Amino acid sequence: MSELRVMLEDAVTRLFGDRVTRECVEAAERGAWQGDLWRAVEENGLTRPHLPEDAGGAGGSWLEAYVILRASGRYTVPLPLAETVLASWLLTEAKIDVPDGPLTIVPTAVDAAVLGGEAVTLDVADVPWASVAAHIVVAADTGDGLRVALLSSASAAEIRGGQNIAREPRDGVRFVAAPVLASAQTTLTADVVHVYGAMVRSAQMAGAMEALLAQSVQYAGERVQFGRAIAKFQVIQHELAKLAGAVAASGAAAEAAFVAATRGHPRFEIAVAKTRIGDAVDQATSIAHQVHGAIGFTYEHGLHFATRRLWAWRSEFGSDAYWAEELGRAALARGADALWPDLTARGR
Amino acid sequence: MNTFSFAPRDLPPETDALRAEVRGFLDETLRDFPPAKRAFTWSGGDPAFSRKVGERGWIGMTWPTKYGGGGRSAFERYVVLEEMLTAGAPVGAHWVGDRQSGPLLLRYGTEAQRARVLPSTCRGESFFCIGMSEPDSGSDLASIRARAVPTDGGWIVNGTKLWTSGAAAAHYMIALFRTAPETEARHAGLSQFIVDLSGPGITVRAIRDLAGSDHFCEVVFEDAFVAADMLVGEEGGGWRQVMAELAYERSGPERYLSCYPLLAALMRELPSAPSERQAIEIGRQVAHLATLRAMSISVAGMLDAGDNPALEAALVKDIGCVFEQALPGLAQSLLEVAPRVDAGATDYQQVLAHCVQNAPSFSLRGGTREILRGIIARGLGLR
Ligand SMILES: Cc1cc2nc3c(=O)[nH]c(=O)nc-3n(C[C@H](O)[C@H](O)[C@H](O)COP(=O)(O)OP(=O)(O)OC[C@H]3O[C@@H](n4cnc5c(N)ncnc54)[C@H](O)[C@@H]3O)c2cc1C
Repeated sequence: MSELRVMLEDAVTRLFGDRVTRECVEAAERGAWQGDLWRAVEENGLTRPHLPEDAGGAGGSWLEAYVILRASGRYTVPLPLAETVLASWLLTEAKIDVPDGPLTIVPTAVDAAVLGGEAVTLDVADVPWASVAAHIVVAADTGDGLRVALLSSASAAEIRGGQNIAREPRDGVRFVAAPVLASAQTTLTADVVHVYGAMVRSAQMAGAMEALLAQSVQYAGERVQFGRAIAKFQVIQHELAKLAGAVAASGAAAEAAFVAATRGHPRFEIAVAKTRIGDAVDQATSIAHQVHGAIGFTYEHGLHFATRRLWAWRSEFGSDAYWAEELGRAALARGADALWPDLTARGR
Repeated sequence: MNTFSFAPRDLPPETDALRAEVRGFLDETLRDFPPAKRAFTWSGGDPAFSRKVGERGWIGMTWPTKYGGGGRSAFERYVVLEEMLTAGAPVGAHWVGDRQSGPLLLRYGTEAQRARVLPSTCRGESFFCIGMSEPDSGSDLASIRARAVPTDGGWIVNGTKLWTSGAAAAHYMIALFRTAPETEARHAGLSQFIVDLSGPGITVRAIRDLAGSDHFCEVVFEDAFVAADMLVGEEGGGWRQVMAELAYERSGPERYLSCYPLLAALMRELPSAPSERQAIEIGRQVAHLATLRAMSISVAGMLDAGDNPALEAALVKDIGCVFEQALPGLAQSLLEVAPRVDAGATDYQQVLAHCVQNAPSFSLRGGTREILRGIIARGLGLR
């Protein structure tokens, strides 16, 4: 691991460990914007790990972003970090200055005509964290690439508050002739918002998976029934071993996607990650809840901060079935004899 | 909680040329090798094929050249293994020697032992089998009863080894015997030996498995003599050595690729414009396959760096076996084609029949799923 990654890992572990208390997550779930936490994250330079230094970033790559996003999943950080990372990357690719403050992105590319002029009129649903983001990035498929535009969320005619089941904002946004602050054509392909969206969610999910394992192992060591810690029951040990497998595979799949992103053309690895991790969600959440018994089913306990995120994120930017279908159609179209050569040629 | 890590690893670029070479060799050598035989992957052996592999220098690739080895990297070996497995090459005869017996001898064997058996192993002429399990000792390996009792110039062995894969074709067994009576310290008093299976007092009987193959065997020792210089490592140190041997045994790509020929055959049968369900399920297999490969290469990297990734290897074997074990059932649910081996059965039906019937063994051989999950639980600090 690069020195920068180690440093970032230390920094996020310390910061999130100290600041992301259950009070903080609960307050966020009640709709209170965690501005202090955001500022601490921003001041520590953790919102732009992957941007070049001249764009105000840490000079890292997607690998550094992975460290932070996975940790944000592990600590169930109630901030639009993944969205900011994604949006700021698009802005940088478009050579648009990245504004401070939380950013978000319209999760699918819009029609080219929407970004055709100086002002934008648009009504979209399910924009993550739109109600708290300072700026919203909109990307349009122009046929020969992606046009990226920056809008102020204050210029929206309406923001309709919504939530996913992790009670993260997923808002409807309506712009009516809203001014475009900056806009530029990129050579990025039209699918990048959707694909890289799946990638950042994969990292968050891999982190949330780790939280399930850590909490379950800890709880099993503490909870006593029949005169001993339930961790001493073999069946519990074996369930936790299965959970560990799901967690390990999720981490490996997510990281492979980010490695591929540093090389360009990561769509295959991202599809693999979103599929593999989504596939692990049922097993992992079911084991974690089973080991916790009734207490894990309470709002009070907090296991659900990770499990509800996993259930919500599984359906965002394409479910596992969505990505699996893409992988399957592609593999079958290429034919059985190409499967192995194609796989071994990745990363070359 | 103790944690695990699977740092992403790329196979070094030098391995590309080797991979191409192996593919070329397999294309040519196995041109007429039928799918039903490919389905055996590493449980199918062919001494003539092993000799050809040996000629290429692909057995004992990482071993020192003075023993006939190739002095090459663990990653080069990894590439050869995964190409052989996915092609369904009949590697079974030399697999055990290459994977664990040779490395065990390089670690614990004497100079004379290495000089005696390693060069012919590298040539694909000497084959090994694993003598651990017995009729009354499976998961509880420390309870073995086969005994080696000191005598003039060596040891006299009595007892029975069971489920010994490939014993009928093997020249040597690396055997674990009790050399001192069992005491409270159950792991003490065990020792490992190289046993020349052609010697007197040793009877090998093949055991028919449920699919009709004679793959594993019973090996009975009746006053069999084993020379003193065939003791491997330390007398009484067999437990520690056998655990090291099992680490080699459990960490390779064969633990998730046993059914690869079925996946390929299934894809060949499916229409190129598949139903939604077929596409989704094949896509899931691709995702699992790609992820397992990344994890497996990561483990190979840790082994190469001299680390001891016991927890990581157990995790890969566990999820790898779950993956490969589920494939036959999935294949049966994606296509209305029955597993058959009778006259007129298609290639696909035969491959399916092989995998359906052999799948139960995937989570037994090399240590059961339950034993593995115990190792994982220990790694997590639960026991
Ligand atoms: C195809 C094949 C090839 C083999 N090749 C070889 C070989 O070459 N050499 C060799 O030495 N052996 C070989 N084996 C044997 C293999 O190592 C054993 O099958 C394995 O160790 C389990 O032993 P067992 O079959 O006696 O089952 P048992 O140990 O009797 O186990 C039966 C069941 O009980 C479970 N169990 C046992 N103990 C516990 C426990 N403490 N907690 C929870 N569950 C437990 C097991 O997991 C299993 O589900 C092979 C087996 C197969 C199927």
